[in-house]
Amino acid sequence: MKLENKSSQFTKIQELVYELKVAGVMTRNLITVNPTAKMSELKTILRDNRISGTPVVQGERLIGIVSMEDLITWLTRGGIDCPVEQVMSRKLLTLYADEPLVHAVSKLEEFGYGRIPVVDRQTNSLVGLITKGDIIEGLLHELQIDYHEEEIHRYRASHFFEDMIADKVTINFHYHIQGKKIEQGGEVASDLKRSLKRLGIHPAVVRRTAIATYEAEMNVIIYADEGRVDVNIEPDVIRIEVRDRGQGIADVERAIEPGYSTAPDWVRELGFGAGMGLPNIRNCARDFDLVSTVGRGTTLRIVIPTGMEEKRCA
Amino acid sequence: MRLSELARELDLEVRSAAERLDAEVRGGYASDLMSDVIANAEEGFLWVTMQSHANIVAVAAMKELAGIILVNGREPQEETVAKGEEKNIPILVSRLPAFELIGRLYRLGIPGQGADAQGI
Repeated sequence: MKLENKSSQFTKIQELVYELKVAGVMTRNLITVNPTAKMSELKTILRDNRISGTPVVQGERLIGIVSMEDLITWLTRGGIDCPVEQVMSRKLLTLYADEPLVHAVSKLEEFGYGRIPVVDRQTNSLVGLITKGDIIEGLLHELQIDYHEEEIHRYRASHFFEDMIADKVTINFHYHIQGKKIEQGGEVASDLKRSLKRLGIHPAVVRRTAIATYEAEMNVIIYADEGRVDVNIEPDVIRIEVRDRGQGIADVERAIEPGYSTAPDWVRELGFGAGMGLPNIRNCARDFDLVSTVGRGTTLRIVIPTGMEEKRCA
Repeated sequence: MRLSELARELDLEVRSAAERLDAEVRGGYASDLMSDVIANAEEGFLWVTMQSHANIVAVAAMKELAGIILVNGREPQEETVAKGEEKNIPILVSRLPAFELIGRLYRLGIPGQGADAQGI
């Protein structure tokens, strides 16, 4: 259990590294030096600002970078005062402000630099500087925000049920599915999704429920003339029943196999009937029950927990 | 990268939800099968497809995708555009075939997998 928590947290960081932009975590208030500044001045600048390196700019343009290492090399060679431009590194590695953080991480790692200047993609002018410290700080900040949001979700959902006074609280939604119009499918799932969001159900649970409902809805539309969806929301679980009076499924076991489909060609041409619908539903649900009689219809019952246990689903 | 920047870089024409182009594109997924997209595309992804019927909008809305690109000069059907406007899903059109467009998207930094799968 401990390990699982740790790994899901790690995943969150991985996600953030893609989500966040360099511009979001970089330092903007830059200390820069002129190429004509003296090395003796640089020494003072680095010491006074407690920094280990700084970009060298001419006007707006970035022309080099000079670090503590360069300073030490200069000192060991006698430390004869000269302009920064004679010591600075001209080999420039830069990042664009709109690049994802993951690019910064891999570049810092690959080249072993302590800092990378950030330039604007359009104007190429220097807009910031990014260090490993900036990245760690940015990630910690985001994780904190995320934690708060998670808390709010938890609060809102439980709060709603706690406010209702009864021995058992269940919220029911009923929907009617009109068969045949395949292009219009997804309305029920979309309406249900919006309603669940309003109830403050956790977004991942809402997504799972919507996906399962969408697939079930499309099955009704493809194989039956009409059907109904009944959704019961309890504090701990969401129960969904989808019932139709369509043609029924001859071999339920096979129908659940990924890739197995009896869909007609015109349905397949639209990108449906690939034999992935029922497997998708099963992946989203904790309990899955499919009962069908050929010529009479099909009833699907699934249960999705509202708790945040990890369940890999679309 | 934002959808608006991708549209500019790759000469994509916008057919719906033009005001939603500032969405950040977190990755891309290519498929013409609805259930495949439902199962495997991730939130904030861009979807590259040949399908042009209205249900692609329902799928994109369900998965909270950043947008849909129709390739090979395919045009969305009228009701697809209407649905895209209604659900705020940007639909864009490219003259390029899928392979070429995806290659260019990738070169612009759009990954094909989310953070989980890349193992970083």
